Amino acid sequence: MTEMKNDQTPQIIKVAGGKPKHPMHEMFNMFLGNHAATMACLVLSIIVTATLIGPLIYTTDPFEMVWAPFTPPGHDGFILGTDYLGRDLLAGILNGGRVSLTIGLVAAAMSVFIGITVGALAGYYRGFAEEILMRITEFFQVLPTLLFSMVIVALFGATLVVVTIAIGIVSWTAVARITRSEFLRIRELEYVTASRSAGASHFILITKVILPNALPPIIVQAALMVGSAILFEAGLAFLGLSDPNVVSWGQIIGSNRPYILDASYTVTIPGLAIFITVLSISLIGDGLNDALNPKLRQR
Amino acid sequence: MNFVKQVAVRIAYAVALLLAVVVLNFVLIHIAPGDIADTIAGDMGGATEEVMAKIRSDYGLDKPFFVQLGLYISNVVQLDFGYSFFFNTPVTSLIAERLPATLLLVFTAQLLALVVGVILGVISAKKPNGLFSHFVTLLALFGYSAPVFWTGIMLLIGLSLLMPLFPVAGMMDARLIEASIWKQWLDILHHLFLPAVTLASIFLALYSRLCRASMLEVLGADYIRTARAKGLTEREVVYKHALKNSMGPVVTLAGLQFSAVVSGAVLVETVFSWPGLGTLALQSILARDTPTILGILFFSALVVIVGNLLTDLALRLIDPRIRTGNK
Repeated sequence: MTEMKNDQTPQIIKVAGGKPKHPMHEMFNMFLGNHAATMACLVLSIIVTATLIGPLIYTTDPFEMVWAPFTPPGHDGFILGTDYLGRDLLAGILNGGRVSLTIGLVAAAMSVFIGITVGALAGYYRGFAEEILMRITEFFQVLPTLLFSMVIVALFGATLVVVTIAIGIVSWTAVARITRSEFLRIRELEYVTASRSAGASHFILITKVILPNALPPIIVQAALMVGSAILFEAGLAFLGLSDPNVVSWGQIIGSNRPYILDASYTVTIPGLAIFITVLSISLIGDGLNDALNPKLRQR
Repeated sequence: MNFVKQVAVRIAYAVALLLAVVVLNFVLIHIAPGDIADTIAGDMGGATEEVMAKIRSDYGLDKPFFVQLGLYISNVVQLDFGYSFFFNTPVTSLIAERLPATLLLVFTAQLLALVVGVILGVISAKKPNGLFSHFVTLLALFGYSAPVFWTGIMLLIGLSLLMPLFPVAGMMDARLIEASIWKQWLDILHHLFLPAVTLASIFLALYSRLCRASMLEVLGADYIRTARAKGLTEREVVYKHALKNSMGPVVTLAGLQFSAVVSGAVLVETVFSWPGLGTLALQSILARDTPTILGILFFSALVVIVGNLLTDLALRLIDPRIRTGNK
């Protein structure tokens, strides 16, 4: 973000008090003004901290059978109880969260990268390149994403890397569309023409002139992508198509599903964990949207 | 005439997309580790190199890549997706058996989400800061933050196990096999309710939110002020003028969501043991039954493409500007 300042002189907004305010500052204030988003940030940082540090403090192995199966939460010293094999659910949630969040983040980063590349090239070069790239995008929109990922995981094996790639490779189409439409709009603006006539190369125009100005809606979409990637991973893991050597939230739900009559908490609790995490991310996305696209605020 | 031509172009384009799916399928089989010969040999409990070579030449696996691709495409055109060794049936008949259940689920859920989503969106747009509007916003947040399979399990626990209002699994009670067709349909609807509501919950959220935003925008337009000024009742303004004009974006979004609905259906079918393509996909993936998996990928893409075509037609019906082609 600091690099951006050098390229495009930030607008200085005069406020009533006479003190100039930097746009980033204003954006930050607007985000903080959205109480739901601020709360969500707090909740999400608690979840992230818990999954990062939790397993170091609470060292029970999530795969080890430590007690009688179906011990309800709060009994015999097990805060969240045990599952159908007598494994500690709290250990599962803490360790599983790390996996779910990591896959969600990496897969989302991957799809944002693919989406920006495809969208930027299509929107910048137009013509034949745009035609081909947008056809490819449409092709990926027609394939049911989850089924396609299931096929990839089935053919290439259920490892963390394959699962992450399988999610990232199917979910970039929305980012590509947004990036392209932003590029189509911005490339016609005067400052782009000015940079071009000043001799900026295509690469500079794409990455340093147009992209920074196209970023706000992409950032919002990227935030939402992290949430949907987490849901996606949970879905695959629920179906049993995740790395069998690691715990994840979806996988806990999937493996405990046959026993919902005996112990519904083994399904309810990991589901709540996913729900609260994704909800926080959605709220943060909404807050970013309000802060970054002030024009859209009076909806 | 123009209309017919446009539709023809759309259909030709859809066929090209399907062809691309077929090519992708073939490439996937090709680059994936292991081939049919390995699968068959695995089923036989091992085979010598000569037998493997025999199997490979029987299935044409020793021919050049493009010859094999041509053969595969010509088979697919004849709706031949090969033979499932796991289910001991041709893939096409296996899929034909399961497809109607998925179609029923997918289209019911889409329709339910659209109708309820639009109703909620319109009501909340009439009073954007009212209590109901906040409730709709909350519902929307729940809809796209909760994992759909978890929503399904929660509904299952609540409404099938604790309060036995709906059946736990399947599509029809096996005891009704002799009953009249009406009784059977009633039973299917009874089984359909929970899966359809579960699947619709995600999209309901999206549609109600977009419909609300789109309605609010339209309600601020000049022609709405004109309609009010000429003395139309609020009901006429909202439902005849505003609603029709705000439906465009919602229907477009619904069209774009078809592939997501089919994806969601895989999870929902698994939760409710709904006998559709999704449960079949999972079974065949766990059994490493590649021909069936690829056949399902093809047919699910077909469902999405047909859904997109229908959306396109619906949009043309709603918006005359698209129909005449001058946007």
